[in-house]
Amino acid sequence: MPESESITYDLAIIGTGMAGMAAGLFAANRGLSIAQIGGTKEIIFASGLFDLMGVHPAETGHLWQDPWAAIDALVRDLPSHPYARMKKEDIQAAFDEILSSFQEADFNYCRHRNRNANLLTPMGTTKTTYCVPKSMWNGVEALEEKSSCLLIDIRGLKGFSGGLIKDAGKDRWPDLSHHRIVFPGTEHLTEVYAEHLANALILSQNREKLAQVVRPLVKNVRAVGMPAILGLYRPDEVIADLERMIGTAIFEIPTMPPSVSGLRLKEAFERQLRSKGVRYFSRKKVLETNSGIDDDFELGIGGTAVERSVKSKGVILASGRFLGGGLHADRSHIRETVFDLYVRQPEKRTKWHHENFLHPGGHPINCAGLETDDEFRPLGENSRPVFDRLFAVGSILAHQDWKRQKCGAGLAIATAYAAVNAFVRR
Amino acid sequence: MLPKETQVLIIGGGATGTGLARDLAIRGVQCILVEQKDINAGASGANHGLLHSGGRYVASDPGSAKECRLEAKLLKGLAPHCIEDTGGLFVAVEGDDEQYVADFPHLCSQSDIPVKELSVQEAREMEPVLSEKLIAAFMLEDASIDPFKLSMENILQAQHLGSTLHCFTKVVRFDKRSHRIQATRLLNTLTGAEFTIEAEQVVNATGAWAGVIADLAGVTIPILFSKGSLLITHNRISDRVINRLRPSSSADILVPGGTVSILGTTSVRIDSLDRIHPTIEEVDAIVEEAAAMIPVLEESRYIRAYAGVRPLVGSKSSGDDRSVSRGFALLDHAEDGVENFTTITGGKLTTYRYMAEKTADMVGSKLGVSKPCLTRTEPLPTTQAGQWTEAGLAPKLWLAHRDPEDILLCECEMVPKSVVDEIIASIHEQKGRSDLNAIGLRSRIGKGACQGTFCGPRVTSYLYDQNQVCPDQCLHHLREFLAGRWKGQHPVLWDRQLIQSELLEAMHCGFFGLELENQP
Ligand SMILES: Cc1cc2nc3c(=O)[nH]c(=O)nc-3n(C[C@H](O)[C@H](O)[C@H](O)COP(=O)(O)OP(=O)(O)OC[C@H]3O[C@@H](n4cnc5c(N)ncnc54)[C@H](O)[C@@H]3O)c2cc1C
Repeated sequence: MPESESITYDLAIIGTGMAGMAAGLFAANRGLSIAQIGGTKEIIFASGLFDLMGVHPAETGHLWQDPWAAIDALVRDLPSHPYARMKKEDIQAAFDEILSSFQEADFNYCRHRNRNANLLTPMGTTKTTYCVPKSMWNGVEALEEKSSCLLIDIRGLKGFSGGLIKDAGKDRWPDLSHHRIVFPGTEHLTEVYAEHLANALILSQNREKLAQVVRPLVKNVRAVGMPAILGLYRPDEVIADLERMIGTAIFEIPTMPPSVSGLRLKEAFERQLRSKGVRYFSRKKVLETNSGIDDDFELGIGGTAVERSVKSKGVILASGRFLGGGLHADRSHIRETVFDLYVRQPEKRTKWHHENFLHPGGHPINCAGLETDDEFRPLGENSRPVFDRLFAVGSILAHQDWKRQKCGAGLAIATAYAAVNAFVRR
Repeated sequence: MLPKETQVLIIGGGATGTGLARDLAIRGVQCILVEQKDINAGASGANHGLLHSGGRYVASDPGSAKECRLEAKLLKGLAPHCIEDTGGLFVAVEGDDEQYVADFPHLCSQSDIPVKELSVQEAREMEPVLSEKLIAAFMLEDASIDPFKLSMENILQAQHLGSTLHCFTKVVRFDKRSHRIQATRLLNTLTGAEFTIEAEQVVNATGAWAGVIADLAGVTIPILFSKGSLLITHNRISDRVINRLRPSSSADILVPGGTVSILGTTSVRIDSLDRIHPTIEEVDAIVEEAAAMIPVLEESRYIRAYAGVRPLVGSKSSGDDRSVSRGFALLDHAEDGVENFTTITGGKLTTYRYMAEKTADMVGSKLGVSKPCLTRTEPLPTTQAGQWTEAGLAPKLWLAHRDPEDILLCECEMVPKSVVDEIIASIHEQKGRSDLNAIGLRSRIGKGACQGTFCGPRVTSYLYDQNQVCPDQCLHHLREFLAGRWKGQHPVLWDRQLIQSELLEAMHCGFFGLELENQP
């Protein structure tokens, strides 16, 4: 018999990606009792950067430096986009609340409130985003000023070549130089892992050794960029320490996912949720759903078979797309996996993707997903909310292409905020 | 630039062209082989990899059946490193033509093809994936062959014997004088440079493109194109080759190779060679049809699809393309008024050696060289460079040696740095370009489940650090590589491979912004 708790939570949040975690925080901040259920598939691939809005129209690849103006244009042209269901002040408030929660967890973000930030990626491209971990912010400023910087990479760390980054970006940022170091203590290794290096830097003697290697290389540069390995969970402390010893500003450059910066994000979320008393069922899935008396929900959760049931007054579905497991596709149809909700989708598979991977318009399947009302309640085929207190947030929503529009984190945070507030109102 | 001179210019770097280069080189004839893209860019890189026992052709084309039997037997002895001698089953299921089944063993014997009847139960014990609805089964001598390794070993031996290979070199024009091709004009498609080759004999071994090349020489070859599409599974499905026992039709054959299986094919008439790609409709038809023989194929994970073109020489436009002979066409264009020009096209991978032998005999007699063919007895050499396309080989060796120094650049297929280094060295030896795409072609990089998501950027960084690419080309090559991989994934994007593609796009568009040309 599945174990059953007698309590009825205010909210069950399905999903522990960006949107689910954000919803958990917002709900906890409002004093709700919460059960949070989900795997950790998607968030481990997160870069730790929060995009708000970058590209519109996708077809032209037009990149906006003012995300708010970009949202205005987007909402005007695509009135079904989830952002169109929200006021800009609410999106702003959602970010404020999330960032201050992270600050409480000692995980600091920086942004230009009304302007996007640009930074280098490990492929030497420039990424336009909105909020950047503080550990990377010196890099944003240095790129703005195009000031002279030294990029340091580490022997044996795959997928991160300082030389490649320098050369691929040299038209945009000419004053870069590059040097490869052996990370202290890995002289005997040919392969090193970001997580291990980050872990090693928790110890101050290792920081000191690293500083000794880097210090002689630093001549006439405004800042030093390194892969995001500067401490596992408290990079700001590690960086402050290194800056003091080396005598110059230091910043991190994100690495290929799954990355340390993604790990930090996940850890910060989990720490906050736990400290706020959220009941957290990690690595579990919702396998069964029942909506019973008074429209309360009963969810059967477990790994592969139902292990227990969780009751709640409302549900926020933040189960993501295909990678997160919220959507599933067979050869002809896309289904929503938990409630079997109506999924808006192209009529057949031949219309899901373009033959060109980088097709400027983006693949039509990316705009498939759940239709909702203005409170983010999923609609059935009859355009009516399926349940009174079921909400859907994040990437599972239809009419958005976060990968191309560069609005993934923003959409997750903003819609989570809107849904939690709507639930509280009901 | 001075014209290059050679005895024989071979156009086309597929199995036939590379096989011919080797055959001639062993006879002491010096050649230049030019290929518009890279080795096996045509049908030789887009086929089923089946070394035919001949069983498939016993009813429709006994001549081809016999040729296959003889050649397959020879190759198993001479090139065992390119072949996995799996053996093959021919099976029929409920609803299949029972007369065809009844005639089959007799037809095999008529073509001298060894065949053994199995009980349905025996067959299902050998290959438990076979349908419960099996009604007949026979065992034949089919095997799987690695076409890439085969072509690589052929061209490498020719090069060691003094012949030359030019990849990314396209024939653009022939200068003819008094019934001869005086000079051949070529374009290096990477640099845009043009140059000229003066050859005593010119051989057109361009497969489906044979008509285009012949046209340049003022000769008409009537060719029809039949496209065949194939699917690659994530895991190996069966130990043996499995053939559907019926008159040739779609989705009849499952060929294992290393750690994967290949399922196909279709036969679709196409008008042009510009866009050869598998469609979603074909993929669905293949899966549905093949599931009747092997039900798990309905649920299997497919990691990509690809298509190749069979040139059908001299056939009329009516009837089923499969009923047209799969034999080859060897054409002496002296008969068309171009004395030193020969075309070899059609045929099969299985018979490539025989096609090369016949062509070399004809060209040899035109050159006045009377040395006999030796490829019938001389084993194909084994070198390192050709071996890294075999699915499952790199992991086997990597696990066996466990060299902690040797980091894995591709984790799905476990391709270590040392393999990439070796491929780079062999490309240099062949005077080619060692970019991401060339390395992908010569190894399993990008061919595993992630289809380039992780290994693409990793190998890009690695090649940069090894000074193998010019810095402003890195991203260009990565985009090209991903575009190539996508072409194959696009028709199989559902279930797990769709999940993978979402990660691919999240990383390469969401994070790297590769789709954006202008960056702040
Ligand atoms: C779908 C499919 C499945 C098959 N399955 C099997 C099988 O299982 N077993 C089997 O035995 N056979 C099979 N075959 C047949 C086999 O693949 C071919 O017979 C064989 O590969 C032909 O080799 P080729 O060298 O003659 O032609 P190709 O491999 O097509 O080579 C021609 C080359 O010429 C080059 N070229 C073209 N134009 C120019 C130019 N202007 N300048 C320079 N170069 C040029 C092309 O790039 C190409 O590389 C299959 C064929 C197809 C299409």
